[in-house]
Amino acid sequence: MLVYLLRRLGQSLFVVAAMAVLVFVGVYAIGSPIDIMISPDSDQAEMEAAIARLGLDKPLWEQFFIFVSNALQGDLGRSFVYSTDALSLILSKLPATLELAFLALIFAVFIGVPLGMIAGLKPHSIAGKTIMAGSIMGFSLPNFWQGMMLILLFAVIFKVLPSGGRGDTVEVFGVAVSFLTLDGLSHMLLPAINLALFKTSLVIRLARAGTREAVLQDYVKFARAKGLSQRRIVLVHIAKNIMIPVVTILGLELGSMIAFAVVTESVFAWPGMGKLLIDSINLLDRPVVVAYLMLTVLMFIIINFTVDMLYCVLDPRVRLSEVRA
Amino acid sequence: MTDALKATLTRAPLRRPGWRNAPAARFAVEFAASPVAVLALAVTVATALLAIFANLVTPQNPYDLAQLDIMDGMLPPGSSDMAGSMTYHLGTDQQGRDMLSAIVFGLRMSLGVGAMSTLIALSVGMSIGVLAAYFGGKVDAVIMRVVDLQLSFPAILVALILLAVLGKGVDKVIIALILVQWAYYARTVRGTALVERRKEYIEAASCLALSHRRIVFRHLLPNCLPPLIVVATVQVANAIALEATLSFLGVGVPITEPSLGLLIANGYDYMLSGKYWLAFFPGVALLVTIVAINLVGDQLRDVLNPRLKR
Repeated sequence: MLVYLLRRLGQSLFVVAAMAVLVFVGVYAIGSPIDIMISPDSDQAEMEAAIARLGLDKPLWEQFFIFVSNALQGDLGRSFVYSTDALSLILSKLPATLELAFLALIFAVFIGVPLGMIAGLKPHSIAGKTIMAGSIMGFSLPNFWQGMMLILLFAVIFKVLPSGGRGDTVEVFGVAVSFLTLDGLSHMLLPAINLALFKTSLVIRLARAGTREAVLQDYVKFARAKGLSQRRIVLVHIAKNIMIPVVTILGLELGSMIAFAVVTESVFAWPGMGKLLIDSINLLDRPVVVAYLMLTVLMFIIINFTVDMLYCVLDPRVRLSEVRA
Repeated sequence: MTDALKATLTRAPLRRPGWRNAPAARFAVEFAASPVAVLALAVTVATALLAIFANLVTPQNPYDLAQLDIMDGMLPPGSSDMAGSMTYHLGTDQQGRDMLSAIVFGLRMSLGVGAMSTLIALSVGMSIGVLAAYFGGKVDAVIMRVVDLQLSFPAILVALILLAVLGKGVDKVIIALILVQWAYYARTVRGTALVERRKEYIEAASCLALSHRRIVFRHLLPNCLPPLIVVATVQVANAIALEATLSFLGVGVPITEPSLGLLIANGYDYMLSGKYWLAFFPGVALLVTIVAINLVGDQLRDVLNPRLKR
């Protein structure tokens, strides 16, 4: 167990280091941010002063060394554009992304599980087939285009929901959130549906497979023999049992939702981390790009590490096969 | 069970050597069992042909500025041009470009990038995967560790990292898509090859003292192809969708060589003022292409999977 843990920890650290080198060298090797940051008619001296201020005159390895030693102290550089600490800039956008991801997650569960159970209970009915066809569409629809069509339908044609932005926010413990105001909620609705669509399709499939398996189990037969109503069997006995894989998968998918939020946030002009990343790539704001990528990779590594550890505790076979390999 | 089936499948042509096409014919019949899949295949072939012969079938070359008239800009679908000689069935964009022509050319770009990256990723991933399975041990452990690692990140994140590093451009997008996709093929082919490797024909080939290279690429690899074909079909659709997303975000193909994703991004700016056709029609084209390819992939999976056969 300890050997496995240490081995996985070592691997994770190696990935972080490799990512740091790749992202840093790559991001710093393309284009010069000076061109877009300083007006073209500034003179040579002004230009050099700006380059020196940003530390771009030093050799690449020295810039990398400074980057690493600062990063270890939690300082991922200052944004060229906003002139603030890149990490706190990203973290200030984190609540917006998180609340969107959580609302999307709630949608995915509360729409996906019932639909999946219907499709699982009556796989050959018209409703079941329609739900499955819908879930295939959900997988195939390009996320960004689906979001644009939502805007077109609800904001441009019917004019019932706003097309973008975050709406009114209230401060909760010093963090601005949208989901507590009516205006904020109306702004969140479309982006959350957009972000939820793909996961809803996934949940439908999981719930359907789980239900089809569960109805054949002895405990369902027993419950039926006991004279329980169909309603109680479905809502209590089956629902509880299919939630285990659904919850496991969704826990894992929360990370990928934050990655996918890049697309949703760009479509709906939602001021979260993802939109910041795309804006920063286009403005060549390197420290922000590097900080975002490092933060996201770190988050994924922590999620994966935790999951692996949990599996290792729960399932001894994982541990044994790893030690042998 | 599987072995027995495989044996019958391989024995059949031996008995009747004249029927060399028998497996192919049987395959076609099984594929055609689903009318939806046949329709999807027809749509896929049609889009591919449209993309290949884009400059022959479109009413105008959307990137020849001499053929564009700025006076025709932003016409809704179905309007005719100023001279009255041509109808813009799907409307025009802000430069008076016929959307139908632009979509067909965008389709060429999207399909081209998708097919090209899938082909290269397939050959790279398949070679790496089959080598991992054949040699096993340390080689296998290292390769599969890298694969596991990459697959633990969502594809869009990996692609964004790569494009933030590489910069814009068609070639860069293809490189990013290859690096995103190869791991899927490597994992798929390794799984199959691990089973195939223990079979008698590989043993026989080793006994004939054939070189590793010959055994791996002439004997082992061809027998690992069926699951790979399924994965590759689905991956073409995924690659097209991913490319469209990246182009939409502004980190994909350049504005001079637009794909469907970039056409949609262009339409985004005009959508709020009710000019829906700029974003709507390229999206429909994208959706139809992706759904058709996915349906073909689904049917291929059913036909090629021996476990589903009675």
